[in-house]
Amino acid sequence: MAIYSTNEFRKGLKVQIEGVPYLMVEMNFRKPGKGNALYECKLRTLLRGTVVDKTYRAGQTLESADVAEFTAQFLYKQGDQFVFMKNDDYEQYEMSAEAVGDAGRFLKENMDCQVMVFNNQPIAVTPPNHVVLKVEYCEPGARGNTATNVTKPCKLETGAEILAPAFVNIGDWLRVDTRTGEYIERAKEPSA
Amino acid sequence: MSISSRMDRLRRRAELLKRLRQFFDERGFVEVETPLMDAEIIPELHIEPFGVCAIDPASAGQSAGSQSEPCRAPALWLQASPELHMKRLLAEGFGAIYQITRSFRRGHRGRLHNPEFTIVEWSRAGDGMAEGVELLDALCRWAAAAPAATLTSYGEAFAQYAGIDPHHADYAQLAEAARRLGVRAPEGLSAASRDEWLNLLLASVVEPQLGASGPEIIYHYPATQSALAATTVDAKGNEVAERFELYWHGIELANGYHELTDAAALRRRFVEVNRQRAADGRPALPLPETLLTAMESPGLPRSAGCALGFDRLAMLVLGADAIEDAMTFVEGD
Repeated sequence: MAIYSTNEFRKGLKVQIEGVPYLMVEMNFRKPGKGNALYECKLRTLLRGTVVDKTYRAGQTLESADVAEFTAQFLYKQGDQFVFMKNDDYEQYEMSAEAVGDAGRFLKENMDCQVMVFNNQPIAVTPPNHVVLKVEYCEPGARGNTATNVTKPCKLETGAEILAPAFVNIGDWLRVDTRTGEYIERAKEPSA
Repeated sequence: MSISSRMDRLRRRAELLKRLRQFFDERGFVEVETPLMDAEIIPELHIEPFGVCAIDPASAGQSAGSQSEPCRAPALWLQASPELHMKRLLAEGFGAIYQITRSFRRGHRGRLHNPEFTIVEWSRAGDGMAEGVELLDALCRWAAAAPAATLTSYGEAFAQYAGIDPHHADYAQLAEAARRLGVRAPEGLSAASRDEWLNLLLASVVEPQLGASGPEIIYHYPATQSALAATTVDAKGNEVAERFELYWHGIELANGYHELTDAAALRRRFVEVNRQRAADGRPALPLPETLLTAMESPGLPRSAGCALGFDRLAMLVLGADAIEDAMTFVEGD
């Protein structure tokens, strides 16, 4: 495991503090000419995404975090576990629903996702920014109402509930932004 | 930055260099050149120099790995400031000298820092702190068309922006001031290091306020932060350093001293710097014996010296946000 000393601190560094992996999202170097250097860091946990501020003095160190990200296919959900398969070596990774978090509501079998591992344990999954999912249930569509500003809740095949325009019907395919959970447009049924 | 504005900035940087040279030339200063690389350096508590290692051509070819081996005992050092050699010239009898050169400090990279930077350094025999401050103020007005600088003591600046007396506040008061002002203390900052707490408050809450309405010169630093400056006792009986710094728009631009001329006292300070470096787990640095010998005989005259970060001054004159916008190339370009 590598040790980073303060003069190696920079934006983008992955470090760990008390077993928690962090991404250094900001690093501000301050130094009065004759005084000790201060390294003001913003660190985002790679587990929950919360940001903490920490200041270090010249000569202090942080441990590197063995973090990797790769493309993996979501295979299936078994009980509380999501199962993924890494695309290049077919290795399988299991992840709890808690670790998958909000991303889980957009995951559909065979979808290519970005999986992040820390010490080879999956800690986060990111679905594609845009996915096409089938509407499983919504109130019947108001025929002729093409306005997109009148919305209603729609339940998608993966379990996600989103707001979609009133003209949407059960069985429609919708393109959704997974980062915001927002409806983008109606789409064609994706070819398998 | 577009190409045309980059060229325009570099032209204006060159004009600023010319104006500075004109300032010193008109006042009878001699422009000198001193080594960038030397076996001696000034040991500083918080400045890490670059050591220079000669690669032995006989062994360099043997394994690629040997070249990346850390240099354990550098024979030469890149100078972190030209002051060592400037003082040697003063001891030789030069009355007023300046130079515009490069200096090197390891690990300094940020909005206001680059490991290699341009420094303007000057010294004049006969000067004390008052004359040193006056000259710095005149230079700033000349080169940057700045209004006259205001003078604020270190004690006044801390009273105003940190609400404490920096010469007497104890650890508890310093820590309390940091809490009250919302300053996050660094990991593992010990109660014992009073100067580090002062440094934290200076960097976090005092410096950003300095020079807001024009250049501001801070003087009479605590004697424990005197570096190479002479010490004295101020009107309130505090032991203070005759050290002064120029700030403008919250940015530290220059550091000056009424020079300590006592070789034995300076040697004791260097030994103390090395003791503290060792306590921090950092290597001790060689003492500048040649300078110390010259200070014993023929001796350093009463004098004041000052160093100015040229890239920062250029940044302010150009209205840039970071020194990299005022420099030709920075590390990593």
